[in-house]
Amino acid sequence: MSDLFPLTVRGATTRRRGKVLVGPVDLTLSGNGACVVIGPNGSGKTTLLRLLHGAARLSSGTIDWACPMAKARRAQAFVFQRPVMLRRSVLDNIAYPLIIRGTSRAQARAQARDWAERVGLGDMLDRAAPVLSGGEQQKLALARALIGQPKLLFLDEPCTALDGSAMREIEQILTDAKAAGTRLILSTHDMGQARRLADQVVFLLRGQVHESGPAAEFFETPRTEQARAFLKGDIVE
Amino acid sequence: MTDLWDGLAQALWLVATFDPELVEIAARSLRVTLSALVVASAIAMPLAALLAVRRFRWRRVIIAILNALMGLPPVVVGLVVYVMLSRAGPFGVLGLLFTPTAMIIAQVIIIVPLIASIAHQSLRDLWQDYHDLLISMNVTQWQKIRTLLWDTRRALLTAALAGFGRAIGEVGAIMIVGGNIDHATRVLTTAIALETGKGDFALALALGFVLIGLAVAVNLAIHWLSRTEREGRW
Ligand SMILES: Nc1ncnc2c1ncn2[C@@H]1O[C@H](COP(=O)(O)OP(=O)(O)O)[C@@H](O)[C@H]1O
Ligand SMILES: [Mg+2]
Repeated sequence: MSDLFPLTVRGATTRRRGKVLVGPVDLTLSGNGACVVIGPNGSGKTTLLRLLHGAARLSSGTIDWACPMAKARRAQAFVFQRPVMLRRSVLDNIAYPLIIRGTSRAQARAQARDWAERVGLGDMLDRAAPVLSGGEQQKLALARALIGQPKLLFLDEPCTALDGSAMREIEQILTDAKAAGTRLILSTHDMGQARRLADQVVFLLRGQVHESGPAAEFFETPRTEQARAFLKGDIVE
Repeated sequence: MTDLWDGLAQALWLVATFDPELVEIAARSLRVTLSALVVASAIAMPLAALLAVRRFRWRRVIIAILNALMGLPPVVVGLVVYVMLSRAGPFGVLGLLFTPTAMIIAQVIIIVPLIASIAHQSLRDLWQDYHDLLISMNVTQWQKIRTLLWDTRRALLTAALAGFGRAIGEVGAIMIVGGNIDHATRVLTTAIALETGKGDFALALALGFVLIGLAVAVNLAIHWLSRTEREGRW
């Protein structure tokens, strides 16, 4: 259905000053649904997501989409762990990606109003985005990412520091997006969230893919000792 | 002492009655400085944005030059512009020496570095904030610059006001390149210098009041802008 996939990653590695941060990673992703990247702090989740998105430099290896890289990039959006708020109103933040692509201001605003409603920001369109609460900022970032109808949406720990209700709202938005055909790749360290959202799981440990596969399989019968320990909530390093 | 009080009273009278000479000089001052401000902002702000978002080869050199220019005494700028525009100089054929245009050129050179460096700081800070998002959205270089300029517009206005304050109060350079010619290149600061020298305190003080009024207005505006920025209203 989407022409981005399959994604083929071969020996992808990121180094900083000679030290390997992530990799070598071998991974093939296809189909629909949500791929959830889990792993302890510092295991390389953020770096891997940025690498796949093309926002971090690849030191060696290859990342191949089913279409040319430039085209693949335009079909993706990224929601950062700490959402970036443009110093503009909520409405203009959400409309921004459309305006960048040349949509008329009026049309972009109309669509943005729509998306603001959908994520529950409909009554604060004129509010300055940087003064929103954490949950509201995250919802804004989601609306702004989804308004461009990406085929693939990256989310880096979208629910850190959010309470139950905000988390539920955001998971609902993500479930809707998934149903509408957007592929999700998200990182989380919340196992509950991983179980609720995941169709595939990638378990990272020390910068490498320790285990990966269909979510049901992974959660039922993890193959490795470390994965079992991590799922139990033990400290894994 | 009585001289001074007389002068003060007359000065207030001149200001209150919109004395034609006073108005003419003040208007010329504003015209020259506002022109210089528009030109300088048009150069300094896009330059500052470019310096913030791009890592090109001449970046460090340009920043160094801007910093050096900022420390340059205005009199020296006046001297250099004078040499350039004088009949024997490279731009002598244009016949610009002792015209308001020459004064605008000198003021532009004096305030471009100031405006650029104030603007650059805010633009660089904002770019650090925005970098990941804008890169992820594949915005073009030109869109980056426009977005940054628009979203720092308050800080840019502050930079412009600082430039205005510097330019309107400047004496040395415009005295040299303008020549302080009556009805042609006489502005607030050069007129004050002249009238004070002549002992005509009334006009000098009246001109001074106008200048102080402008400076205070500029500073109030900067203060107000920075306050609304802190309160997150835009
Ligand atoms: N810009 C960077 N420079 C140096 N080291 C980095 C940089 N970014 C991340 N790292 C290191 O790479 C490792 C993986 O980080 P990260 O991808 O943020 O992990 P996670 O998101 O799983 O917590 C960590 O050890 C981190 O310290
Ligand atoms: Mg992280």
